[in-house]
Amino acid sequence: MLTEKQSTERFRPVLNSRARRATGTATALAAALILSSCGGSTAGEDGASGSGCVDTSGDSIKLGFLQSTSGVMSISEQTVRDSLSLAMEEINADGGIMGKQIEPVVEDGASDPAIFAEKIEKLLTADCVAAVFGGWTSASRKAMLPVVEANNGLLFYPVQYEGLEASENIYYTGATTNQQIIPAMEFLAAEGAKTLFLAGSDYVFPRTANKIIKQYAAELGIEIVGEEYVPLDDDNWTTQVAKIVAAKPDFVFNTINGSSNVGFIKAYYEQGLGPDTSPIISVSIAEEEAPAMGHPVTGQYAAWNYFESVDSAANSDFIAAFKDKYGAGRPTSDPMEAAYTSLYLYKNIVEKAGSFDVDEVNGASDGVSYDAPEGTVVIDGDNHHISKTALIGQINADNQFDVVFSSDGPIEPDPFLEGYDWWDPAAE
Amino acid sequence: MDALTTPLLAGTASGALLLIAALGLSLTFGQMGVINMAHGEFLMVGAYTAYATQQVVTNADLSILVALPVAFVVAGLLGLLLEVAVISWMYRRPLDTLLVTVGVSLVLQQLAKDIFGAQGDPVVGPGWLEGTIPVFGYNWPLRQIFTVVLALGALTALAALLKYTSFGRRIRATVQNRDLAETMGVSTRVVDRITFFVGSGLAGLGGVAVSLISGTNPNLGRAYIISAFLVVVAGGLGQLKGTVIAAFTVGVVTAYFADWTSAAMAQVATFALVVLFLQLRPQGLFTVRTRGLT
Amino acid sequence: MSPKTLSLLRTFAPLLGIAALAVVMLVVAPAVLSPFRLNSLGKYTCWAIAAVGIGLAWGRGGMLVLGQGVFFGLGGYSMAMHLKLEAAGPDGVPDFMLLYGDGTMPAFWEPFRSGPFTIFAILALPAIAATVLGWAIFKRRVKGAYFAILTQAMAVVFATLLVATIQETGGFNGLNQFTQFFGYNLYDPVNKQMVYSITVVLLIVCLLIVWQLYRSRFGELLVATRDAEERVRFLGHDPANIKLVAFVVAAMMASVGGAMFAPIAGIISPSDVDATASIFLIAGVALGGRALFLGPALGALTVGYGRTSLSEAFPNQWTYFLGAMFIVVILLLPRGVGDLPRLVRSALDRRTSA
Repeated sequence: MLTEKQSTERFRPVLNSRARRATGTATALAAALILSSCGGSTAGEDGASGSGCVDTSGDSIKLGFLQSTSGVMSISEQTVRDSLSLAMEEINADGGIMGKQIEPVVEDGASDPAIFAEKIEKLLTADCVAAVFGGWTSASRKAMLPVVEANNGLLFYPVQYEGLEASENIYYTGATTNQQIIPAMEFLAAEGAKTLFLAGSDYVFPRTANKIIKQYAAELGIEIVGEEYVPLDDDNWTTQVAKIVAAKPDFVFNTINGSSNVGFIKAYYEQGLGPDTSPIISVSIAEEEAPAMGHPVTGQYAAWNYFESVDSAANSDFIAAFKDKYGAGRPTSDPMEAAYTSLYLYKNIVEKAGSFDVDEVNGASDGVSYDAPEGTVVIDGDNHHISKTALIGQINADNQFDVVFSSDGPIEPDPFLEGYDWWDPAAE
Repeated sequence: MDALTTPLLAGTASGALLLIAALGLSLTFGQMGVINMAHGEFLMVGAYTAYATQQVVTNADLSILVALPVAFVVAGLLGLLLEVAVISWMYRRPLDTLLVTVGVSLVLQQLAKDIFGAQGDPVVGPGWLEGTIPVFGYNWPLRQIFTVVLALGALTALAALLKYTSFGRRIRATVQNRDLAETMGVSTRVVDRITFFVGSGLAGLGGVAVSLISGTNPNLGRAYIISAFLVVVAGGLGQLKGTVIAAFTVGVVTAYFADWTSAAMAQVATFALVVLFLQLRPQGLFTVRTRGLT
Repeated sequence: MSPKTLSLLRTFAPLLGIAALAVVMLVVAPAVLSPFRLNSLGKYTCWAIAAVGIGLAWGRGGMLVLGQGVFFGLGGYSMAMHLKLEAAGPDGVPDFMLLYGDGTMPAFWEPFRSGPFTIFAILALPAIAATVLGWAIFKRRVKGAYFAILTQAMAVVFATLLVATIQETGGFNGLNQFTQFFGYNLYDPVNKQMVYSITVVLLIVCLLIVWQLYRSRFGELLVATRDAEERVRFLGHDPANIKLVAFVVAAMMASVGGAMFAPIAGIISPSDVDATASIFLIAGVALGGRALFLGPALGALTVGYGRTSLSEAFPNQWTYFLGAMFIVVILLLPRGVGDLPRLVRSALDRRTSA
């Protein structure tokens, strides 16, 4: 048995002056250690984890695909898994990454942030994958962030999100707020909107997005005439929609997530609202969701960086390959395109770096580009986001989006909104 | 004016939904002591039946009318199956039926997810339910009025069944004293099965109404089941009137709280009120008097 | 064997079981498992701690507690708030508050800067909450299914409240990004193993407490209340007090489990404490045997392991397994898998006597 002194030495404190030590509790912990230190102390030595265990000697390279294939998010995340698989097959058929075939390790995040944290740790430390592609909800990304940083791994996250984040170990291939929400506000101003109603699900993305929207609206002279949140899994929008009717806004900014949209759309049309009175601009309704609202949503708007209707050679190839693999009835959407793009971007960075090593990949990533279906995208090495063109689409009778507004070329990512002087993160 | 009437009318509609869901629960709980946690999934089954019916009867004006009896029968038969296959084996362990039906509800949810997908399938409402009627300055949607009418219709039919038919007399006898009813020649097993069929079928009807108001997704039952249980608890067992009053009260009170604060705080407040209410009346609003100790 | 040694053996057999569990979890597991798998085992251990309390309240006390996630969450969030403040540094504010709000910290966070206060809160908060709720429910003789439903509704309400208070509790995302545990770097594998060991020791402490309670007069009264509450009342005891004690102890154990869950899982969010999570806790207890001494803990460890391994092998079928397990176990083995030996023995006895 170890003495108390030895045992506390094995229990390495943080070398951080901020670390506070309550002597009482430390003694209690030390006592517990003595109880347990009679054996099994070897695991600590070989436990040094990190990207060091990635095996690059063979002719294949392991990549982790981490999506929810069970739970409430499974249908959305399955579409991302599908487009990642497509990109992988194409890259493998084309000779792989630096001549190595991609060997996928798939895991289920089960729509639960804690499971995402657990599974990405497994992928990085037990499966020793070179990079992980996954996550959808902000909750899942926030849960994975400390794990991927602690293990110095790599995560490619393919969904538009609320910004205000940049990690050395994460690449964000979806839009940050200055590539989606801010252009959407500019569109509303150009349309002459004077009043705006905010309707969202009660979680991170809508709360943060609306904080930005409110500050920018003040700058643009648009009045916010209401702000309502409903829990994520709640379908009942009756009382909130009644408030929209009373407020008669020029536009409704919709940050509602998932199936809760259906209850909102039904209540909205039921109360006699429509695109001619108080049109909706959404940031979560895409090609996949538009036909599933229980009421035609023709004439409403959505802000994205990719639509199936985007006219480019790269997009035609992407759509053709996707429908060939999964069936003509399957639409393509923004997150799917961003995930597809993320795998190709990874290939391009690795081949530029000439290495799968995380630090070398990070060193090489700045300026790496890819001719994506949405247009050419370029990585910003400082914040690991990519340049993107903002698009506003109007839903037509076929549930496709007609582009009615587009930014002047790709917008440089600015996750912390440093280039916007109206932005004050400390204000309410 | 409309700030006051909106929650009243909208709350009445959600109270009506709660009523349809709680009627079946109250029946089976009061009579057999069975807590069916899968009851919410019968709502879900009803909603998916409405969706499936719409794939066959594509005329939206008609399909909802077809869906009502179909959903009643489908959900009812599923309830009957549950009773015969699982619950009838454990009548002496009412608390355990609660856990078994939790398992059933998990399986049913996953089954719905695998068959229909997690995103939710929309039921297109019939044209004759489009629109609103202005009531005290609030445009009361026809769909909500339809829900209230449906709930009151189901309630009336059930009350008539209990009061005027011989089967209803047998149910009431079983509720009041199972052993005595048995000795009088009532086959309580048969009564139980039919009660379960009717109770589950009512949930199926409720599901059709839900499918008109919101989306149809595998987790749909979860949103209603807890409130429905609170209604049963607050209303008391064995009598319909307690359930009716509790359902509309919970619906309207929740709507007012949602209007004043937020949807989440409304849930919290409703729960707190039910617990407080049980301090005053631990047996709920109304209950059948018995001489038993427990 | 003389009857005396036999009865001695019976009394102390649970202690042998605890000793065996301690050896396996403290000596064998760290030696054979990778750090990642050991950390997962730590998570299951947290659930097992909560399960020991459920065994007391449900198995021995007959109170079907469907809302233990609430108490798990009180402990988990208390600990997580402390870890969050530790990560923020002295006078620092948790990062998420600046993200969703204006960066002012709610006053109730402030005392959680103190480690001793946090430990006190982990024990006191669930005790207070359980006492208030238990008092209101038991004194009015609300029981059985009513009680089960109310506790489940409580779990639903608690999770809703957490999701809605995004600026105070992190909302749907919950709390994560902890760096230190009472001054020790949480990313150091040695320290992670330490946290695991503490958790196992806490499980053993809880088992010892329950063992002592079962042997005591209180344990007998609790079982008596479960089986015939009115008779206990006629004998001059107040069943409400007896049930209240068991309910409060169970709540405190769930809270301790939750408190250790936060540093081990690295996150605590509403989905770890909602009604579904509470049902998950019950599942382990039902599987292992609610009224058996080691049944709840072993059942929870098994269900936790099953969740990981089955979800790795069959990502889409995990829910079916969980549902089917409930149905099969409750229907056929109401006393849990731990009851199998007894069933087999009595079946053999019947055969030999026939």
